[in-house]
Amino acid sequence: MARLWIVGEPGPDGGLARISTEVATLVRGLGESNRADVTGIVVGADPATAAAELATYVPRVLAITDPAAADHAWSAAAARHVARLADGGDAPDAIFVGAGPDGRDLAGAVSALTGLGVLTNATGVSWSDNGATVEMSVFGGKLLTTSGFVGARGIVTVRPNVATAAVAATTGTVEPQVAETPAELPLVKVVERVAEAGAAVSIDEARIIVAGGRGVGGAQGFELVEKLASALGGVVGASRAAVDSGWIPYSRQIGQTGKIVKPELYLALGISGAIQHKVGMRTSGTIVAVNRDADAPIAEFADLFVQGDLFEIGNALLERLSARSG
Amino acid sequence: LRIVVLTKPVPDPASGAERLGPDGRLDRAASPSVVNGNDEFALEAALKLIEAAGEGEVTLLAMAPANAPETLRKALAMGATRGVLVTDPALEGSCAVSTARVLAVALREMEFDLALAGVDASDGVGGTVPSAVAAHLGLPYLSYASKIEPDMASRTVRVRRISPTGYDLLEAPMPALIGCTQSLGEPRYPSLKGIMAARGKEIVTRSLADLGVDASTVGGAVATTRVLESHAPAARAATEIVRGTPYEGAERIIAFLSERRVI
Repeated sequence: MARLWIVGEPGPDGGLARISTEVATLVRGLGESNRADVTGIVVGADPATAAAELATYVPRVLAITDPAAADHAWSAAAARHVARLADGGDAPDAIFVGAGPDGRDLAGAVSALTGLGVLTNATGVSWSDNGATVEMSVFGGKLLTTSGFVGARGIVTVRPNVATAAVAATTGTVEPQVAETPAELPLVKVVERVAEAGAAVSIDEARIIVAGGRGVGGAQGFELVEKLASALGGVVGASRAAVDSGWIPYSRQIGQTGKIVKPELYLALGISGAIQHKVGMRTSGTIVAVNRDADAPIAEFADLFVQGDLFEIGNALLERLSARSG
Repeated sequence: LRIVVLTKPVPDPASGAERLGPDGRLDRAASPSVVNGNDEFALEAALKLIEAAGEGEVTLLAMAPANAPETLRKALAMGATRGVLVTDPALEGSCAVSTARVLAVALREMEFDLALAGVDASDGVGGTVPSAVAAHLGLPYLSYASKIEPDMASRTVRVRRISPTGYDLLEAPMPALIGCTQSLGEPRYPSLKGIMAARGKEIVTRSLADLGVDASTVGGAVATTRVLESHAPAARAATEIVRGTPYEGAERIIAFLSERRVI
């Protein structure tokens, strides 16, 4: 029987990261339709809360207590346990983790320690006797590929929103594990965790993104972008021009050197849609652009292009949206 | 302060000509090659650090085909001191696992306080190689850096790692490997003087034999992953263009989104 692992990543307040609830749902589905054994793994200084949450998604969770995880970066602290377990008697056929910063750092370290290959940024996963088959998008969404592991075993990092998180019919068991000597990997001390305003909602996971570019004109202009995002139930994104001008933090940047996103709706305000931005959002479900310049590149790949002043149109849109909800 | 910057030549994302060959591997002849965007941010950070320290050197480390020096020349023109190019016909088709291992072997031979790399590359965007290189070498890996502060007196480095809610301040002893993001600052343009100077800078070539790596342990024949199939995404429908008053524009947006059941 194939063995599938999902490594639970840390979320706010000792809980599970949202991406892990999605990956766990995906992996449970693979396990059910292929009679594979699914195990969750949680590593933390106090893993109980996250392990209990992961057990609502998968039948069995190993909760590994490692005091070092309290004041050290998670990925190295967790990777050394995952690598050790993966080299043990019940070696997994596939290890699944999110494709965000923590998941990527973990996947790279576990790959180095175990020699397992990695298929990254999965947008779809299926399972057969040859192991995982993974769909992903490369060259900034220009090409879709289906890939597999040679030798059937490996690590898969999974993009946000590939599965909709849904708890299992029955809650699984949590097995506390005393950490055996983990694999050798240097830990990185966390001196301080700093919260910054405006960084709260992740643009990777958003269903609706309202993004502003150079045309927004300044930090003040982003107030309108914020209001529209809030009226639509979405989050704010930005082009590199807006980030470089200091109008909005880097965590909001979409494009080649920022995030690659795939929301249901991408509303672009004052964004020209140069290739560096396009590669970060071209696979969005619906793209609506508001821009003064009819020759902007985004006019060629948006689904709807409204030519005009983004403040006039944006404010009119806000008025109509609040009239609808009112 | 000695810094190594891992520099990956990638197909130019602005060319729009990137493609895979019939074997499912990157067709390097299809598009011009440039230095990976996030690696340029790493290089800029490295140059600023040695400028602030008042001394030091920046060495580029690349694993790429033999024609890579053309691509590395721009990075040298920005101000890197020299380049090391690991190149060998046997490396063709290497997967991320052997790439990380070979880079680690090459890095082990070099003397450095910090090694910097872009957190991911614009072609594959996997983002696992820097972490794997660090694990091979037993180096601390400080990733998603928005600020880097080395302290030569205590031989430690502090890094701001971008987190979902702000940043984590990380600390590790040197040598360490740092994954770099755009938040470190805009890369400089090479000056004319820099471009002239780059012509005379050294790019050392290292083969697998030089590194003592067995050629049968790398390359396409032992790749851990393979592309089974690839296709272009379905083309988007033609753009609907709206011109009119702001209210007409707003009305059309709402109607359009309702038709598509987005709102």
